[in-house]
Amino acid sequence: MKEEVSRIEGQALAELAQAGSLEELQDIKVRVLGKKGSLTAMLKQMGTLSPEERPALGQVVNETRDRLEQAWAKAAQSLEKKALALRLEAERLDISLPGTMLPHGHQHPLTKVIEEIENIFLGMGFRIAEGPEIETDYYNFEALNLPKEHPAREMQDSFYITEEILLRTQTSPVQIRAMEKLYPELPIKIIAPGKVYRKDDDATHSPMFHQVEGLVIDKGIRMSDLKGILLNFSRRMFGPSREIRLRPSFFPFTEPSAEVDVSCMLCGGSGCRTCKGTGWIEILGSGMVHPRVLEMGGYDPKEVTGFAFGMGVERIAMLKYGIEDMRLLFDNDLRFLRQF
Amino acid sequence: MKVSLEWLRELVEIELNGEELAETLTRGGIEVGSVESLSEGFDNVVIGQIKEMEIHPDTDKLWLCRVNTGAAVLTLVTGAQNLLVGDKVPVALAGAELPNGTVIGEAKFRGIVSQGMLCSAEELLLDQGVGLERSEGGILILTPEAPLGENLADFLGLKDSVLDLELYPNRPDCLAMVNVAREVSSLTGAQVNLPQWAQAEKLGDELDLPQAQDVKIVIDEPELCWRYAGLIVEDVKIEPAPEWMQRRLRAAGVRPINNIVDITNYCMLELGQPLHAFDRDKINGAVHVRRAYAGEVLTTLDQVERKLETDMLLIADEKSGLGLAGVMGGLDSEVTPATKRLLVEAAHFAGVSIRRTSRRLGLRSEASNRFEKGINPYGARATLGRVRELLVETGAGRPIGYVDEVSYLPPLPEVSVSVSRTGDVLGTEVTAADVKDVLDRLNFLYTEGQDGFAVKIPSYRSDIQIEEDLIEEVARLTGYERIPTTLPAGDLTQGMRTLSQEIRLRLRQALIRVGMNEVLTYSFTRPGADRKWGKAEQAIVLMNPLREELSVMRTSLSPGLLDVAARNLSRRNTNIAIFEIGNVYLSEEQTLTQLPQEQLRLAALAVGKSERHWLSIPVDYDFYFLKGVIEEVGREFGLSFNYKALTEEDLLHPGRSVEVYLGDEKIGFLGELHPLVAKEWDLERAVVFELEVQPLIEQAGTTVLVGAIPRFPAVQRDLALIVSKETPAAAVMAKIRSLGGELLQEVEIFDVYTGKPVPEDRKSLAFSLRYQSLARTLTDEEVNELNSRILEGIQQEFAAEWRK
Ligand SMILES: [Zn+2]
Repeated sequence: MKEEVSRIEGQALAELAQAGSLEELQDIKVRVLGKKGSLTAMLKQMGTLSPEERPALGQVVNETRDRLEQAWAKAAQSLEKKALALRLEAERLDISLPGTMLPHGHQHPLTKVIEEIENIFLGMGFRIAEGPEIETDYYNFEALNLPKEHPAREMQDSFYITEEILLRTQTSPVQIRAMEKLYPELPIKIIAPGKVYRKDDDATHSPMFHQVEGLVIDKGIRMSDLKGILLNFSRRMFGPSREIRLRPSFFPFTEPSAEVDVSCMLCGGSGCRTCKGTGWIEILGSGMVHPRVLEMGGYDPKEVTGFAFGMGVERIAMLKYGIEDMRLLFDNDLRFLRQF
Repeated sequence: MKVSLEWLRELVEIELNGEELAETLTRGGIEVGSVESLSEGFDNVVIGQIKEMEIHPDTDKLWLCRVNTGAAVLTLVTGAQNLLVGDKVPVALAGAELPNGTVIGEAKFRGIVSQGMLCSAEELLLDQGVGLERSEGGILILTPEAPLGENLADFLGLKDSVLDLELYPNRPDCLAMVNVAREVSSLTGAQVNLPQWAQAEKLGDELDLPQAQDVKIVIDEPELCWRYAGLIVEDVKIEPAPEWMQRRLRAAGVRPINNIVDITNYCMLELGQPLHAFDRDKINGAVHVRRAYAGEVLTTLDQVERKLETDMLLIADEKSGLGLAGVMGGLDSEVTPATKRLLVEAAHFAGVSIRRTSRRLGLRSEASNRFEKGINPYGARATLGRVRELLVETGAGRPIGYVDEVSYLPPLPEVSVSVSRTGDVLGTEVTAADVKDVLDRLNFLYTEGQDGFAVKIPSYRSDIQIEEDLIEEVARLTGYERIPTTLPAGDLTQGMRTLSQEIRLRLRQALIRVGMNEVLTYSFTRPGADRKWGKAEQAIVLMNPLREELSVMRTSLSPGLLDVAARNLSRRNTNIAIFEIGNVYLSEEQTLTQLPQEQLRLAALAVGKSERHWLSIPVDYDFYFLKGVIEEVGREFGLSFNYKALTEEDLLHPGRSVEVYLGDEKIGFLGELHPLVAKEWDLERAVVFELEVQPLIEQAGTTVLVGAIPRFPAVQRDLALIVSKETPAAAVMAKIRSLGGELLQEVEIFDVYTGKPVPEDRKSLAFSLRYQSLARTLTDEEVNELNSRILEGIQQEFAAEWRK
């Protein structure tokens, strides 16, 4: 009987060695080790043996079973490994193909830049104020120290609807509206982004464009504070190594007034085509709020001072993205818009 | 203002070259637009004289000229027809590179070599006026005295550099050379050498002439004319002005005419006071400064008969008009070669009036420009002193007396500036010595007090009125770079968007997230573009549009999006999914008396399909696509929209358009364009929606209430039904929901099918239903029962068949 056991073992080992799939292995296991398997059958035949012989055969069968189970596990493991290798090979992808196309739209560069400007100033404690695009002559001009017939009105050619109502030529009227609304609150720290309109149309002017106005009013506001806020802004907008410089200028609603240049973000200040060789690029107008404007807004110029600034969003977008013709921004060609 | 460097150097002792001076001025707040070197492009351009002329043998359109240039006699071919033998002309020799960029070489014209080129004034970027009148439309013909062979730039005195100042409206004083010199002196510390006539307000009787008794000035409009002074001149001899004066005028962009006109222009450029010379023999009686009468007519110097209006200021004698004050003289009183006696006017007219008149008549001049910007009312008599000096110096006439009527002279202000406040405003340390130094450099008179100075503002600096103006002078003359960099005191808390601003931001982001591209179009459009999209009757019209296509404020965003789509399609950008968030402008009034409504809208347009991709089937940009976009907006803000079919609609496809509601409020529309409308934009099909944004902002959910996650298993059942084609799926779905009760957690439509084997007038709808209880596990029996109850209900209500 022992011979029979070892024959079964021999045959089973041979079959295990040849098995090509897990199914075959399972089959062998059932045939040999299963309830009705050939090795199990040997145990059932033990009844025909003498009680003395039984333990010995039992031991032989059990040892054989252990060995076969080990061999089986080994074979199974190797087959699994092979199968896995096959599967991995079969599942190889052309990893060069593009990924699934997820929906993705594009934000217009101008609203993108406005959002960026807003976020920078929000970070510096400003709030966002708004005002109408169709404005009265009073808010757009008079309250900003530009009485009727003031020669400085000619700096901006306006679109009129009636003698008294026009498309705002600047976001500055929001300064007055904000002061009126917030008085006597201090400090006032607002920016006002929005559309403005002037009668111009060429590669560097559009009849509709966007500005962001800024206004800070408090006790003891200094021109150096204006410089600090604008330096912070310029560095966050155009890069940490930017410098700014102020040049005397004129705006009816600020005094002193300053034009602000930022060191050229393209050449770093050494001079290039964009900065016309000067190393500096004009980005905004600014100044200390004119006492008359503070009065118009309800504040006492003896008590408080303030600064204001205004920048053209188109200009900043053009600098930031290297756009040469402003008209592209309103042409809305999808090949252009998809680049943002 | 064009500033000749050569002229300026006479008035202020500077060594700076043009570029350096431009930099200095710009840093000081006087912007310099350009620096032009007048001799550029004139190398190899010499004066020649025409010896012989003959017609080209092959064509009578060309002339062959033998031209003596002093060094040689050249053959030059020209097409110009204005030349005569003996004319002095500019010759560009081979190798010249003209001011307009043309490079000159030897060139063949129908077989004949031209050894250079005869030049027109245009080609040399010169004013016709530098030559004879015959130069018009042809070669520039120089005065017969022009020296043969001399370089043309040398002859014309083009050695100078000219700075073009772009003045801000607060510095009209810099429209005078003497004040530019003062400014340069303040900025550089250089010494000024000003004529005594520059001290306008100090001048008393320095004219040293008797007051004329026989010339009477009457200022009838003292508000519009503060002062009217005149110089009486006899023995006038009209001839060309001296060459040096002509050269300076040309450098300043003013065309020389004759000695009298040139002297008045020269004095204006130098001192800022516009002047006008009348032929005194044409004046009848007293000179009045009055408004024009209704219907009055005046023929101006340019020989145009002008109809005047009653708000125009006129210089007139007792019979008729002599000239439009500050704008243009009259033809009748013009100085002619026969003129013997003059009245030279130096007046102060109100800028407002001059601007109105010059605008209305389309006449602008150096003089009107100065009046508009504001001139120094103190300068009239001083300027006449300078005129007198030049008349005598050049022998142009004999001044014998003057008149000077003053109706108003504004007092010269005294402005105080505090040293400590100057420091406080600028944020830098400022000492009394700093302020004093600035005032000295400005050459202002002052008295020093405890903490500051009381400053007498000279008459030419009318821009300085309040302390801040002086603070600015201190800042700009000590240099803005001296101002340090600080931050406002007080704590820096993070700013915040308002809820409305936040929602608008999220709205944009939601649209971009689902693949929409943002566009920005103009707020104004062509008349009628909005048609029924908007509310044409509420449209606001611009009084002075740029052009007609941009003359009406939009009442709808959709036409703008259609324009964008059409433009993109014409450039073969065929798949378009765009949106815009922006205002429309609606007026309740015919003529606005108050600000109109600005209503924020969201509009979107889709044409074509999503881009092709190897993995996915392109999504059609159709009605359902944009409806999906609206639903995404709803998900973003926790809103659900209702839709009502739009059937009577000639803009939208009657079977493919809806009104969009938020609750009971109609907030916009969604639909495919009516084919006839699509055709107007050359579109095959397009889908648009346009919604008001404010209702979204008002109703947007700000918090999300999280529902419990069910612990008991769900049971899924699918239901396929065949209903009539007209049955709205939403109606079936609503019925299923109501029949399902609270155990029916979710119903979704997952298939819509028409075509075989479904009968032609019917369609198949497939729903998936999810039953679930939050309290227990549902049994199959109870689900089956509920499901068949739903089925029965649907079959009854919609005559539906159950498709297994
Ligand atoms: Zn650069």
